[in-house]
Formats: sequence, structure tokens, C-alpha cells
Amino acid sequence: MSGTPSAADGRDRTPVPDADVCVVGAGPAGALVANRLAADHEVVVLDAGPRFDPEDRLNRQERAIRPAYDRPDVWEMGGPRDAHAASGEWFYPLNHARVKGVGGSTLHWQGMVMRLHEADFSSGTERGVGPDWPLDYADLRPYYAEAERAFGVSGADDNPFGPPREAPFPNPAFPPSHSDSLFAEACEELDIATHSVPNARNSEPYDGRGECVGYGTCQPVCPSGAKYDATVHVESAESAGATVIDRARVTELAHGPDRIEAAVYVAPDGTEHRQTADAFVLAAGGVEIPRLLLLSASKLYPDGLANSSGAVGRYFTDHLFAGVGGVLEERTRQNHVGFVTTESHQFYDEADETVAPFKLEFLNYAGPSPVELAMTGDDWGDDLLGRLRESYGGHVAVGALVEQLPREDSYVGLDDERTDDLGNPVPDVHWTVGDRALRTIERSNEIQRDILAELGAEVTWTAGPDSTGPAYHHMGTTRMGEEPTESVVDPTLCTHDLENCWIASSSVFPTGGAVNPTLTIAALALRAADAVDEALSRSL
Amino acid sequence: MELSRRDAIGALAAIGVGTGAAAYAVDTGGDAATAPVETLVAVAEVVYPSELSGVEPFVETFAERRAAGDDDHARGVRAAVETMDDRAEAWYDAAFADLAAEDRDSLLREMGVDTAAEVPDGSTAERVRYYVVNDLLMALYASPTGGELVGLENPRGHPGGTDSYRRGPRQ
Ligand SMILES: Cc1cc2nc3c(=O)[nH]c(=O)nc-3n(C[C@H](O)[C@H](O)[C@H](O)COP(=O)(O)OP(=O)(O)OC[C@H]3O[C@@H](n4cnc5c(N)ncnc54)[C@H](O)[C@@H]3O)c2cc1C
Ligand code: SF4
Repeated sequence: MSGTPSAADGRDRTPVPDADVCVVGAGPAGALVANRLAADHEVVVLDAGPRFDPEDRLNRQERAIRPAYDRPDVWEMGGPRDAHAASGEWFYPLNHARVKGVGGSTLHWQGMVMRLHEADFSSGTERGVGPDWPLDYADLRPYYAEAERAFGVSGADDNPFGPPREAPFPNPAFPPSHSDSLFAEACEELDIATHSVPNARNSEPYDGRGECVGYGTCQPVCPSGAKYDATVHVESAESAGATVIDRARVTELAHGPDRIEAAVYVAPDGTEHRQTADAFVLAAGGVEIPRLLLLSASKLYPDGLANSSGAVGRYFTDHLFAGVGGVLEERTRQNHVGFVTTESHQFYDEADETVAPFKLEFLNYAGPSPVELAMTGDDWGDDLLGRLRESYGGHVAVGALVEQLPREDSYVGLDDERTDDLGNPVPDVHWTVGDRALRTIERSNEIQRDILAELGAEVTWTAGPDSTGPAYHHMGTTRMGEEPTESVVDPTLCTHDLENCWIASSSVFPTGGAVNPTLTIAALALRAADAVDEALSRSL
Repeated sequence: MELSRRDAIGALAAIGVGTGAAAYAVDTGGDAATAPVETLVAVAEVVYPSELSGVEPFVETFAERRAAGDDDHARGVRAAVETMDDRAEAWYDAAFADLAAEDRDSLLREMGVDTAAEVPDGSTAERVRYYVVNDLLMALYASPTGGELVGLENPRGHPGGTDSYRRGPRQ
């Protein structure tokens, strides 16, 4: 691809002198922190991946459509830099689940963004399982509103089960699809309330970016830029004075007893640099943050940095997918757009010790996409058209996102047997899923089957407890809590052990709830930025 | 159903060679090679459904952008077409475009293109599948007319707006 940078791309990747803040990672968490602090502080952002050329997005879209390419190929994931292990009972396809580069995993994401429910902040108290967050919904509420403005969320205040809101969404919700209207009728018969979905994509022009034009390849690439990705706030941070260094792989956090002194990073030509700063914000995602802390073990901290609790890397959770799909006699008009416009949170707050929260998603892209199907198979001409007509048509599907409880035996560790191309142990995602989540997947499947039966659909597939998979949300691996013996960061997102190190990531979530995490990541990132700002003004 | 220039432009936009975004073209200052339009049309006549009309101008517009440039992809298309022509000469004593439609179909099958998966740096059959057959199929089925043949006027890869997903089948 023409935009792929070579080692000799002539960019200056030397450290910024006198930096106040060093942010590790240029996904949404790092971009929002940098953007908030850049006007008043000298900010440098280091990202392991490249700065992708926006002109290449249509070529990436071709990779998304053509069978010759795998999903990780679209954003050039999966080489020796990204080697990983998955030693758990459940395989974890890590390189399908993240992107390294300026913009981070939002380059690939779907962009569904909602707030956690109020009870998610107190799972232990309300549901009798898992820890409570040391924050509640009210603490995050203003930051949620700000995060929605940052993402330009298109939504409507029509979710009867959602948490209270103070302000309208920045853009109107995308109207329901044709298949949504079929589902709405069936759900009404079953007394299941449906509602719109807040989407981080423009239903109207917003923030200098155009409205959605219906390419339908949102996941893994939006060529038009209507879908929010973190390059928006990286660019904004740069205009405010921040320096962003791409292809800067942080391999170690050099430290004294109480502070990080420098982020040690390797440039593409192999040169090692040290970026010093007064404050450090780790925003490298829920797998690479614990890995970096573990890689930074020293005589002072033999078990890894910020790890006096032993919780670094522990309690890895993801959301699980549950789904049922089928076929109707009538045409359901799937695959025009690549995002979801109707959900139901009706069953979410019935959660207790035995059943987890979950939400239902009514898909607009059930069944095969004809253009992709056309490029596989032994036929062409009229036979191919006949096959495409037969296979496109009446597909419907209902998905669900299910919470997984944190467990000690689900973790991100270092694999000492295997190293990446820089000689560092690769991350081992040892993923374990408990009975509560599996039971909840069954419960979701029952409801999904009821809905499909009411619709009159013939069920053709089920993603149940045996065939579930992760939603690519990396949570829990540096959990937040009041107690330094049990958690890695405090409620201001500063590590208990090191006074100048903050973490902005879903890695701080004590529990995950059952909504997609990135709006909460953004709200926490903005909150962490305020804490950093305050600490700097006290002059650390 | 009639293919239009809009379809070709739409398809080109979808695959990265649309107006403005000359993402494939790496201009080395040399003369752009001529696209093997005739052969591509001859393949399209085999792999496109018979109810389509307007195939020739569609493929011409497509080929100009997709197979004429001095970039890896265009070179790949031309090399694959050359191989097909060599085989046609060897097995049927004529250039591919000069064969009868049944012979073109047979030749592609004898080369194993029908059962090959597309692989840009693969075997001959895999490369013909990638650069020729699937390139043409992608251009068609990512275009509004190609999509409509199947019942989907805004297929993946085509920026067809946000109205069509809301419309029912008979509207
Ligand atoms: C297919 C897919 C669909 C998704 N859909 C949704 C959705 O609909 N809704 C939702 O809320 N979430 C979704 N997500 C999850 C969402 O993308 C993430 O939650 C979000 O991007 C996390 O933001 P982040 O900034 O914490 O990390 P990331 O976006 O992962 O960014 C981390 C950055 O850190 C950099 N980095 C890593 N290690 C180092 C290092 N050692 N040195 C320097 N830099 C480093 C990486 O290069 C990367 O750019 C989806 C994810 C995927 C993969
Ligand atoms: S449907 Fe909209 S958001 Fe998705 S890829 Fe297309 S333009 Fe982008």
C-alpha cells in the first residue's frame, strides 16, 4: 500500500525535550488525554504502530471485501511485532481484536457507544457478585456527556432501561432499518421493548466530518470518515501543540521507587530512545498495558511495575457474543449499512448472582454479503447470479453482548517461551469464562429463538455457550479500587504504587457490564486528564 | 439490466481507484500501459450474468483505471491476461478474446480458475482468479446495478447513502 511507511521514512522520532506529559498509545484513550492537556502542557504521544495514510482507506476496504485477505491484514496486524500466545482453555484471537497505529483499535471498530447502567458500578452490592467500582454513575455522568460530544454520537433518548441523561445526543439517531421494523412487531407481541442505538458515526455532518454515506464496511474500515476514530483527536491534539511519534514501541518504563522516569522506546531503525516527562499516561490498551508493566520488572519491583497488589494482568474479561440467526420467506434487506440501529436493554437489569447483564442487538447485516460471496465458489455467469439471489434474501439475526465476571484465572501474562522481534516475551491472553456468562448466553439464546419464532423465521445458526466468541473488549487487567492491596489504580486512575503514572483504558474496569466499553474508556480518559492536569498544576 | 458509467465509477470508487483517490497509481513518469480491454470484456461476457447489457463500456471504464496504470495491481492484471492469452494460443490456436464464448468458459475451467481461490501471488489459476475474474466480479457486484440484480441496490463497498437500508422490499 502506498502509505505504508518504511523504516527510512525520514521522520524525526527523537524524544521531546522538557515534556510535561508522555502518553503511551494513540487510540481513543491516549488521543483524548493528549487533546485535553495539549493546550496547557508539553505533551508527547508514543504509538507502536504507523500513521496510516487516509488516502489508503479505499484500498483497505478492498482488503475487507476480498477473500484473499484476513481481517488483521486490513490494518497490517499480525506480523512478528504482534506475536502472542493464548494458553487458556479458550483461544483468544488477539490480532483480530486490536489495531496498532495512530487511531488505535477505533480504526477497525464498530462504533456502538453507550453508557454503563447505574447498577454496573455496584455489581457486588446490587447483583451479589464481583467488586463494586470505587466510582458511581454520577461521578462519570458529566464526562459521559463530554465523551458523546467528542465522538459526535448519533442517538435518541428513547432507551427506557438506560441510565438518566441530562443532555440530548449531539446528532439525531439513525432511523430504524426495514428489518428493525419486522423485529419491532415481533418484540411487541412478546412485550420486549426495542429502542435506538447510540452510534459513534455521523448521521449529520459534525465536527468537520461528513455524514455516513452507507459504504457498509464500517467494521473494519470506514472510507468516508463518518465513523468516529481516534485520528480525530490525535489531529486536534497536534494542532494544540502535542507531538505524536508513530512507530515508537515502548518496551520499558524506567523508574525509581515512586515515579516513572522515562518511557524507553524503539524506533523503526532499531534506535532506542528515552522519553522523560513529569507525568505518564498509559493508554496502550488492555493487553499491552499490563504487558508493559510486567516487562518493566526491576530489582525494586521484581513482580512488575505498579503490581504490589499482584493484580496487574489479572481479571482479564471480555464481553461474549450470543446470537441466533435464521431465514424468513420475505426479503429482509440486509447488508446496506454496516451498523446496528435497534437494540433492547430490557433484560439487562434483571442480572443477579446467577445471570449476567446482557443486551440484545438486531443486526442489519445478517447473512452473506453478495459481493463477498461472488468471489468464492466454482460458478460464474447465470449460475453465480442464481446462487447469490438464493443466498441473499431473507436473513435475520439477533445478537447479544453478555458480561463476563472477573476471575483470577483469566489473565494477561508474559509468555517466557516466545519473544517478539525485539526479543521481548509476547503477551499471553489466558482467557477463562465462568458459568454465569455461559448460563446467560443460553438465556439470551432462548429469548432470541422466541423472537425468531414470533417472526416466523427458520433458525439456521446459533452462537451458544459452545460456539461463543469474544467481542474484542479488553477489560480488567489493571483494575481500579480504593485498596492498594487489591487494585492497581485509584479512583483518579493514578497507580497506587507510582505517583506520576495514570492509566486510561478499559483495563481499569473492575467489572465490564454488558455495553461496549469505549464511551466509558473515553469518559475515564477525560477524567484522568483532569487528574493529571491538577497534579501538574500542583507541580509534581 | 443495463450497466451504466455511474456503475463503473461507483465500482471504481469502491475499490480504491475512484475519482481523486488514485491510491494504486504510483506515478513513475513512464507512459501508462494500455489496458487489455478486449480480453477483459471477453472474460466479463463469460463471468457476468447474461441478462446484463452495457458490459463493454462498463469494463472499458473499469479497465482504464484498474489495468492501465504503472502500479502493482495493474501489472498483475496485465500479466494474468498475458498468461490467459498464451494458454489460449497453445490450446485453442487463438487469442482469448477471439475464442467463442463456450471456449472461453472451457479454457478458464481447464486452467482451474473456477475452483481456484484468489491469491495475488499464487499459482497461475489463483492469479487469474484474483486479478481478472474476481476483479471483474467485485466491480460488478459492488456497483448499484450489480447489487440490484441480487436485490440490494447499495451493496457493501458502494457509498449508496442511508435511505436504502430503511426501505422495504416492494418500495
Ligand atoms: C472489531 C472491533 C470492533 C469493536 N467495536 C466496538 C464498538 O462497537 N464499541 C465499542 O465501544 N468498542 C468497540 N471495540 C473496542 C474498541 O476499539 C476499544 O475499546 C478501543 O479502541 C480502546 O481504546 P484504547 O485507546 O484504550 O486502545 P486502542 O484503541 O487499542 O489503542 C491502543 C494504542 O496503543 C498502542 N500501543 C500498544 N502497545 C504499545 C507500546 N508498547 N508502545 C507504544 N504504543 C503502544 C497501539 O499501537 C494502539 O494504537 C471494537 C474493537 C474491535 C477490534
Ligand atoms: S456505513 Fe457509514 S459509517 Fe459505515 S463505513 Fe459507510 S460511511 Fe462509514
